[in-house]
Amino acid sequence: MSGVGLELRRRNGDESGRSGKFGGREEDEEEEEENEKGLEAWERAYADERSWESLQEDEYGLLRPIDSATLHHAQYRRRAQSYSSAVRIQKGLIRYLYVVIDLSRAAAETDFRPSRRAVVAKNVEIFIREFFDQNPLSHIGLAIIKDGVAHCLTDLGGSPESHIKALLGKLECSGDASLENALDLVHGCLCQIPTYGHREVLILYSALSTCDPGDIMETIQKCKKARIRCSVIGLSAEIYICKHLCEQTGGIYSVAMDESHLKELLLEHAPPPPAIAEFAAANLIKMGFPQRESETAVSICSCHQTAKVGGVYTCPRCKARICELPTECRICGLTLVSSPHLARSYHHLFPIDPFLEVPLNNVNQKSPKACFGCQQSLLKPGSNSIIRVACSKCKQHFCLDCDIYIHESLHNCPGCESVRSSKLGNEQ
Amino acid sequence: MASAAPTKLYADDVSLVVVLIDTNPFFWTTSEKNSSSLSFADFISHVLPFLNAIMLLNQLNQVVLIATGVNSCEYIYDSSLPHQQSADGKMPAFYSEILTKLEQFVSKDQRLAKNDSSLTMSSLLSGSLSLALCYIQKIFRAGPLHPQPRILCLQGSPDGPEQYVGIMNAIFSAQRSMIPIDSCVLGTQNSAFLQQASHITGGIYQKPAYPDGLFQYLSAVFATDLQSRSFLRLPKPPGVDFRASCFCHKKTIDMGYICSVCLSIFCKHHKKCSTCGSNFNQSQQDASSTLDHKRKTPEA
Repeated sequence: MSGVGLELRRRNGDESGRSGKFGGREEDEEEEEENEKGLEAWERAYADERSWESLQEDEYGLLRPIDSATLHHAQYRRRAQSYSSAVRIQKGLIRYLYVVIDLSRAAAETDFRPSRRAVVAKNVEIFIREFFDQNPLSHIGLAIIKDGVAHCLTDLGGSPESHIKALLGKLECSGDASLENALDLVHGCLCQIPTYGHREVLILYSALSTCDPGDIMETIQKCKKARIRCSVIGLSAEIYICKHLCEQTGGIYSVAMDESHLKELLLEHAPPPPAIAEFAAANLIKMGFPQRESETAVSICSCHQTAKVGGVYTCPRCKARICELPTECRICGLTLVSSPHLARSYHHLFPIDPFLEVPLNNVNQKSPKACFGCQQSLLKPGSNSIIRVACSKCKQHFCLDCDIYIHESLHNCPGCESVRSSKLGNEQ
Repeated sequence: MASAAPTKLYADDVSLVVVLIDTNPFFWTTSEKNSSSLSFADFISHVLPFLNAIMLLNQLNQVVLIATGVNSCEYIYDSSLPHQQSADGKMPAFYSEILTKLEQFVSKDQRLAKNDSSLTMSSLLSGSLSLALCYIQKIFRAGPLHPQPRILCLQGSPDGPEQYVGIMNAIFSAQRSMIPIDSCVLGTQNSAFLQQASHITGGIYQKPAYPDGLFQYLSAVFATDLQSRSFLRLPKPPGVDFRASCFCHKKTIDMGYICSVCLSIFCKHHKKCSTCGSNFNQSQQDASSTLDHKRKTPEA
């Protein structure tokens, strides 16, 4: 059936961690061994069996390992360019997302190793953590499709641990998949959320068919009307109905080729999607910022009704004690967040401009000798190209590694942060 | 132990300590007048032996010193780089190098301030934190064997509200890379930024009651490596101020209104968001009422 051709394409290049990323793959077995630093054969995740794919021919016709570090940088630069071209878009920061996992018979297939369901569960776990990291005020719910029906595994909630625990407990698969039942279930749940929230569904679909009790086209229209953005990641082959669903509701449809591709596709859904203005009405939400009490104070929390020592928050309106944020106060219903939760999203609002590459012929004696960020030398004797980039605002030079770190994790330009901002404004 | 030689060398108690020192002249001049607090010279004389002590604790320990000024931030010292011998032999080479670099930095920082009319009392903590994180990423890139990094902020001057977003971004990046940010606050007030930084990243926050004994605080609380910390009974913070400041008046509030589009914080109900320009046309005085009744209201 499906996936027979895909099986051969299984690669695990990115999974082998740092050493694989920067070391490149060597022709010699010994060097290959060294690459997998410290990992025994049985410890490695399903290792690359197509080592010839990581070779390339150089200008003399000799075989060379692909310089993965350069490749990585080139990929990154392309992405950075595409980001910068997409100017400021409003993003949906408060998301209500249902992740629907297909646990029908098809999920037991072993074309993904050890099986589709295991791979899906592992990657959904990574996704949930990443999702809450990037969307701290959002909620996730889990649902599964099994035996032709859909079940809610967890209700919409803000705690990653409870979802992951529920997911890993329920992983048997059987029966057929039903797209319509899943959409009906999620539609019912998402209709209750407040209007400012962005409603989304992400379906991880293993089956090649759907076994529906009614007209699925009607259900799709219903979802479209309810402004639910439906995205599907297929694990087998492209299916028309999934594509139709995504097109109708404004979601993304993609099919994973292998495990690392699946992870990539899944994580694409973690950053907040562009918001469609009429989908969610702008609104002011009343929120409270509780203070954390001293680590030695003893109090009874209202959520578990147990006595706790230290680390308890106090609702500013009704003074009830809460042990976890973000949440809704059990007593007065006020949404409680801590200010870092809000601050976590600010980098989406104030992104830093991509750094510009400094042409090598512009580099002269006066240019900085080391990367401003990490002090790595930018002049390597013997090496022909050390690419350097510069911030358009503060004109400091950075190495590519810092460039990637600054734009993908830090979201601060160390150069601009090290200058009084009033000065930067004057210079321009 | 059958592990290879380099694994043994970089055991779990080898540390890389990035120390950020506050050189804010506004803070240190007011501090000098106050008899109970330190002068900058005293402060340095406490910090230098501490840095030396860290390097003595383990042969492989590494220390990086970054100065946080009012107008700039700069690397002062990196123990991994080759160093020249002291010229006169009166002072250890390491001390004289730090002192010369620090002097150069402070005078340069002062020059930068000359053509600036607006007087700001805060230091550029977000800049030095960003530098420290970039440096630590370089250590991570070097391979799987590296010393355990941590950041120690020795901060005196008050928080600069304009750096809020920058500092928060740095804190979250540190949290993702599991780098604890320790903070030792020498000023008169607690620093809400550093309280949050240490709380979120799992570092230690300490405000010494007797600044005269700074060296003792540093060596007792901040010198131990991350592995040994779990065995120590370290000071517990008195609580963390998680309140936010509103965008409209920069007031610290414990309850407020959040724009659902851009998450800007306001202390009063507005008709229009001043950050993103969205109109809140729904006539709702209290948006939280929708939350209370959310299960009852069906989709329109």
